[in-house]
Amino acid sequence: MADHTTFSYDVLIVGAGGAGLRAAIEAARGGVSVGLICKSLLGKAHTVMAEGGMAAAMANNDDRDNWRVHFADTMRGGQYLNNWRMAEIHAKEAPDRVRELEGWGAVFDRTPDGRINQRNFGGHRYPRLAHVGDRTGLELIRTLQDHTVYLGVQVHMEHTVIDLLLDGGRAAGVVAYDRERGRFKVFSAKAVVLATGGLGRAYKVTSNSWEGTGDGHALAYRVGAELIDMEFIQFHPTGMVWPPSVKGILVTEGVRGEGGVLKNSQGRRFMFDDIPDNYKPQTASDPEEGWRYTQGDKSARRPPELLTRDHVARCINREVKAGRGSPHGGVFLDIAWIKEKIKDSEAHIKRKLPSMYHQFKELADLDITKEPMEVGPTTHYVMGGIRVDADSQESTIPGLFAAGECAAGINGANRLGGNSLSDLIVFGKRAGEYAAEFARGRGATRLDQGAVDRAILSSLEPFERGDVGENPYKIQADLQDTMQSLVGIVRTESEMQEALVRIEALKARAANTCVSGHREYHSGWHTALDLRNLLAVSEAIARSAIERRESRGGHFREDCPDKIAEFSTVNMMVKRSADGTMELSRVPLPPIPDYLKAVIEEQKS
Amino acid sequence: MATATFKLWRTRTDGDGAFQPYQTEISDGMVVLDVVHKIQAEQAPDLAVRWNCKAGKCGSCSAEINGKPRLMCMTRLSQVNLNEPVTVEPMRAFPSIKDLVTDVSWNMRVKQTIQKFAPRPADAPDGTWRMAQKDVDRVQEFRKCIECFLCQDVCHVLRDHNKHDEFIGPRFFVYAANLEMNPIDTADRVPDLKDKHNIGYCNITKCCTKVCPEHIHITDNAIIPLKERVVDRFYDPVSKLLRTVTGPRRQVP
Ligand SMILES: Cc1cc2nc3c(=O)[nH]c(=O)nc-3n(C[C@H](O)[C@H](O)[C@H](O)COP(=O)(O)OP(=O)(O)OC[C@H]3O[C@@H](n4cnc5c(N)ncnc54)[C@H](O)[C@@H]3O)c2cc1C
Ligand code: SF4
Ligand code: SF4
Ligand code: FES
Repeated sequence: MADHTTFSYDVLIVGAGGAGLRAAIEAARGGVSVGLICKSLLGKAHTVMAEGGMAAAMANNDDRDNWRVHFADTMRGGQYLNNWRMAEIHAKEAPDRVRELEGWGAVFDRTPDGRINQRNFGGHRYPRLAHVGDRTGLELIRTLQDHTVYLGVQVHMEHTVIDLLLDGGRAAGVVAYDRERGRFKVFSAKAVVLATGGLGRAYKVTSNSWEGTGDGHALAYRVGAELIDMEFIQFHPTGMVWPPSVKGILVTEGVRGEGGVLKNSQGRRFMFDDIPDNYKPQTASDPEEGWRYTQGDKSARRPPELLTRDHVARCINREVKAGRGSPHGGVFLDIAWIKEKIKDSEAHIKRKLPSMYHQFKELADLDITKEPMEVGPTTHYVMGGIRVDADSQESTIPGLFAAGECAAGINGANRLGGNSLSDLIVFGKRAGEYAAEFARGRGATRLDQGAVDRAILSSLEPFERGDVGENPYKIQADLQDTMQSLVGIVRTESEMQEALVRIEALKARAANTCVSGHREYHSGWHTALDLRNLLAVSEAIARSAIERRESRGGHFREDCPDKIAEFSTVNMMVKRSADGTMELSRVPLPPIPDYLKAVIEEQKS
Repeated sequence: MATATFKLWRTRTDGDGAFQPYQTEISDGMVVLDVVHKIQAEQAPDLAVRWNCKAGKCGSCSAEINGKPRLMCMTRLSQVNLNEPVTVEPMRAFPSIKDLVTDVSWNMRVKQTIQKFAPRPADAPDGTWRMAQKDVDRVQEFRKCIECFLCQDVCHVLRDHNKHDEFIGPRFFVYAANLEMNPIDTADRVPDLKDKHNIGYCNITKCCTKVCPEHIHITDNAIIPLKERVVDRFYDPVSKLLRTVTGPRRQVP
């Protein structure tokens, strides 16, 4: 028997970002024992980096807002591939989830009448994002973390889950190692919630931290759960492009929300040149109207810089390819220009966008109150993920729940900014609630000792190879190059087929990684183990993207540039087949009920 | 391409350690964390280092660079002297785990000893409160804290006098101040600050404020006002007398 210690909980939560913490709070309220596992220290998960805000139709800044508008905006943004029920629940419950944070100590920016202030963001019809300057993610994670630590939730920090365990087809626990010492731990549980976040690290240029290796996606996939919408990756239009070491780091959409404009090297506001028909009625007809919109004029329509992210990213890509880019291969994002409009614009910008000011000052030696920034697209978010039941967040494996970025459905083909943080608290809560309910109604699970041993022994193989084998960092870098160049913002079938060939070759190399030294805090070893996950999700992205022979939302095919009706009613789904290969199929979208169709129609004008 | 020498702290299996020099290529715009990662990828795959955001937002990559507590991801090479070897070592006020990584779990335990947030009943039927921006500006300053623990690392009460059992350190005075000054909070943490958390040990050297990467005015805005509350409550005879009449609680509007 491979050496390990064992823990046991009713509900085990994997991930301590917004979704995992919110699930932990709700599960603990459900009166069951709760364990929480995360790869980093508590409070450091990716959620901490979120900037702009969280979307909830509280109507504090514009009383025309309500759940119906938010629902319709989300569906339009997702090009109607969203799970309608998730979009409905999300729009209806987000306001309460945001408000309750205040009772746990969150301190949002205020409106003049003392309520939670809401800001404009791309694709949202009215100012809807509750925010704290541009550090909303920090506020969210710290509030949830500080609330959780008093609830008796057992936190296992700096532990990485390497495999899920099943008992007769039902989730039964996980195998993990602690990063500090490299010791193995087995956690048995009656219900497991995956809240592991995204997979940006499959790409070379990304806003994601090292944690974003698609672990939850891959863990669920390996035990037979279904993943949908994996072709939909969000490339955020504005990442830093210079200096090289910070390439990909996010520049919040809030910059555009506060009046920042995009320009090419000829000084042209190129976003005015390409406004999709279905957004024309809501888009400003000239710069002056756009500016008034950003300053809260309710009669004005939004500037084209605030169109959906997929569109803005492609427009930037086009400018750069056409030779109209900035010196370091991006375009210009200018907020400094508002000095023409606002007295003391310098102080204004620093107050509205403090961490952007700080980030550019410290990392690029650039003062955004005086000069334009250089920005370009960066891999940001995955719409695809574990297929779940809309109400309970249970996956296709009984007792296995998923919430947050690793779950799919709410966003369809493209996520609106701000809809992730609200997704985390709405569906994190639901996952915790239903996981606790599931656990209360069930007996203990049995641990599959054979599976535990296999997981542990196979993860130690890289040490056995000593120094004859592959360098894991090198394989990771090669995979990132492959995904960046062949399955990126603009895709073609032939390039993606080439990517699949390369992924197969990388799989062979990944099975032959070697590391030496001790197991304590060994990044090389950790990277070797992450590769399995990165390769699985990369394959899922490429296969799904090949099958969707059209362009929609975050998925753009140069060889099929139009939307095709045949694909408007299906999600791509991947699943592991009995022989271990990846099986792809199309699953029909659940039909939208009439009362919601009516909502969509009424909001179209 | 230019090269530079970095001396990174490496621990041995017996727990002790030493600086080990690495020569590496550097390029324009790099930060210290980039260099550490480059060394890790090319020369020392088992080098231990914590990081997450690489943008000064998560507070994971705290270390001492040329002896100064800093975030590795926010220290550009243009800010250090590259003509001499640059030393990078872990925070010294916490137990070492491996190489640049320290055990900061003490901080998590300390937080739980501070009375949690206790809001007054909601002001509005939807469960929310009304607060003016100017009344929350100060609290928002404290809430910028990214829990990098660099302030804990420099505070002599912890670093030199090892008062970890008696003294919560600057980070948690910031945390307590954030709760105490929240306009809707009703709990009273002043007695604990005096007796349990020993705010009196702080002699306002301001070392913590100097290293805070979020530029929080730890001493002026958090510690000194809290000290004043302690003094008002326990040492000022007039307010003491008043309180026996009005009760120990802060008045809630
Ligand atoms: C720079 C940036 C800015 C953003 N701004 C916004 C914004 O303004 N508004 C918005 O709505 N969204 C924003 N987003 C998106 C949003 O932040 C993320 O989608 C969201 O935070 C994901 O939260 P999560 O809880 O699903 O996962 P995460 O916060 O990513 O947390 C994942 C957790 O899972 C753990 N984990 C992962 N794998 C394992 C494993 N194998 N074993 C154990 N633990 C594991 C990790 O350690 C971590 O604790 C932004 C994203 C970025 C990168
Ligand atoms: S001011 Fe007080 S808390 Fe800050 S470092 Fe000095 S003694 Fe420590
Ligand atoms: S107060 Fe400043 S130095 Fe201290 S932990 Fe917070 S951010 Fe770091
Ligand atoms: S890596 Fe997040 S602060 Fe440095």
